[in-house]
Amino acid sequence: MLADDLRGMWYIAMKDLRAYYFKPPNISWGIMFPFAFVLAFAIRNPGELRQLVPGLLALTILFGTSSMEAIVIVFERRIGSLERLLLAPVRLPALLAGKLLGGMTFGLTVTAVVLLVALAVFGAGSVNWPLLALALLLAAAAFSALGAVREVFEAQTLANFVRFPMMFLGGIFVPLSSMPPALQVVARALPLTYAVETLRAALDGRALPTTALDLGALAAFTAALFWLAVRALARRTA
Amino acid sequence: MMSDVIQVAELTKHYPAGRGAAPVRAVDGIEFAVREGEVFGFLGPNGAGKTTTIRMLTGLTRPTAGRARVLGFDLATDVTRIKKRIGVAPETSNLYDELSACDNLVFAMQLYGVPRRERKTRAEELLARFRLGEKRDTSFAKLSRGMRRALTVAAALAHRPPLLFLDEPTTGLDVMSARSLRGMIADLRDEGVTVFLTTHYLEEAERLCDRIAIIVNGRIVALDTVDGLKARVQKRAVVEAVLADDSGGVETVRFESDDISVAVQAVLAQAAADSRRVLSVNTLQPTLEDVFVHLTGLGAEAMLAEKGGKGGAHAGG
Repeated sequence: MLADDLRGMWYIAMKDLRAYYFKPPNISWGIMFPFAFVLAFAIRNPGELRQLVPGLLALTILFGTSSMEAIVIVFERRIGSLERLLLAPVRLPALLAGKLLGGMTFGLTVTAVVLLVALAVFGAGSVNWPLLALALLLAAAAFSALGAVREVFEAQTLANFVRFPMMFLGGIFVPLSSMPPALQVVARALPLTYAVETLRAALDGRALPTTALDLGALAAFTAALFWLAVRALARRTA
Repeated sequence: MMSDVIQVAELTKHYPAGRGAAPVRAVDGIEFAVREGEVFGFLGPNGAGKTTTIRMLTGLTRPTAGRARVLGFDLATDVTRIKKRIGVAPETSNLYDELSACDNLVFAMQLYGVPRRERKTRAEELLARFRLGEKRDTSFAKLSRGMRRALTVAAALAHRPPLLFLDEPTTGLDVMSARSLRGMIADLRDEGVTVFLTTHYLEEAERLCDRIAIIVNGRIVALDTVDGLKARVQKRAVVEAVLADDSGGVETVRFESDDISVAVQAVLAQAAADSRRVLSVNTLQPTLEDVFVHLTGLGAEAMLAEKGGKGGAHAGG
């Protein structure tokens, strides 16, 4: 059964990547959007651009992993093809994990391109590579699970109320420490905050223990959001 | 030895009341068994509970009460094992628009664990069988309705399941596509695949099914072979014969009896007495439509209401 689940998860992800994700418009949009956002901010506030790189990466993962899940979950459910997966010998958590794996793979691919550009411009410096890989992976998992929760609950409008403030409160443009205490509390409840912090640590070449709490928070967000999405999907498809 | 591949006892599905809707007893304590190798028809008007029953037996919907065993596995505890061994073609052709005909079949095989080396050959074999060989690389979105339906059935067969569920396979198809699909279903039975078929087309059920359960308002009102169902309606045998005399005069005569052999003998006796020749003898049987009307108290038009219209209703010869 576990073998069926793992195989199902893998092929669901591969199918989604092929059928939906890796189409030229999605790739170019996934890469362009975060650059445009950072550029807009940089023009308004010229200064140390290098400081924006962790936020740029976090934004790229956020949009790369979660923006297409509407198609892979809600759209498939509406046209009936999600039922094919529900009929297959793949248990629900594995099915959803396959969907998330597709989103993560796409998000990380786009992020790799953005990372290469950023490194070419600013230089690799003292990057802690293993930590960077771990941080990117956990951030992709957390954002992908967040996207799944949004889609399974069909709460896109509500989600945008969360996603946009998250971009401003997540420490991308304004460091957490310079925010009023009340907003800092809000920021601590957002996964983006932890993603930005741990990416910053990795790019600054710090050791893993200094950012272990951030990594733990991302892992906890992933687990909780994934559990929520599986439960909701089970209820909605029964 | 024939064994039961599906056994159902008191299977029930209730939907609770919600948002102004009254509670629904979609399926209400049904019992039946499907034998290995037969085409089992589940016949009923729209909303009778056909699709809900399929959804329960294929693990998409949890029953409110009752038990079922499919291919020897308990539905309540072994649903994944059941899923692995059955093929399902749902009511809507729901393959992936973005993938080609061939890739859709390959993906179906990947999900069900068909070994990599077999996938291509099996896909080609299915495409040829369903006359889709030339459409191998055409995306699902660009296929005609009949081809989409055929490919959906093909995908359900990709992993060679011994038991196939077909939910309204010919609804909405043109006469030729429906006929061709029926031919394929008949072939499957010849190969030993057990087919559980829902339909609201009486003629289709009569043509394809070894046994038929008639379901109305979530309850099975009759379950028998086609001939058995007809026998319930027709208590007396009716024989119709065409007799000709030497001058070329032709007459149709009809005899009724409790015993068909008595009626046939009466035809022969009549011909001998008048020195006439027998040109033809027919036994008159009620149609499945007569049976349906008799057993359900509904008009046959109840079967055609709402869904699909008459598109594939007639088997077309």
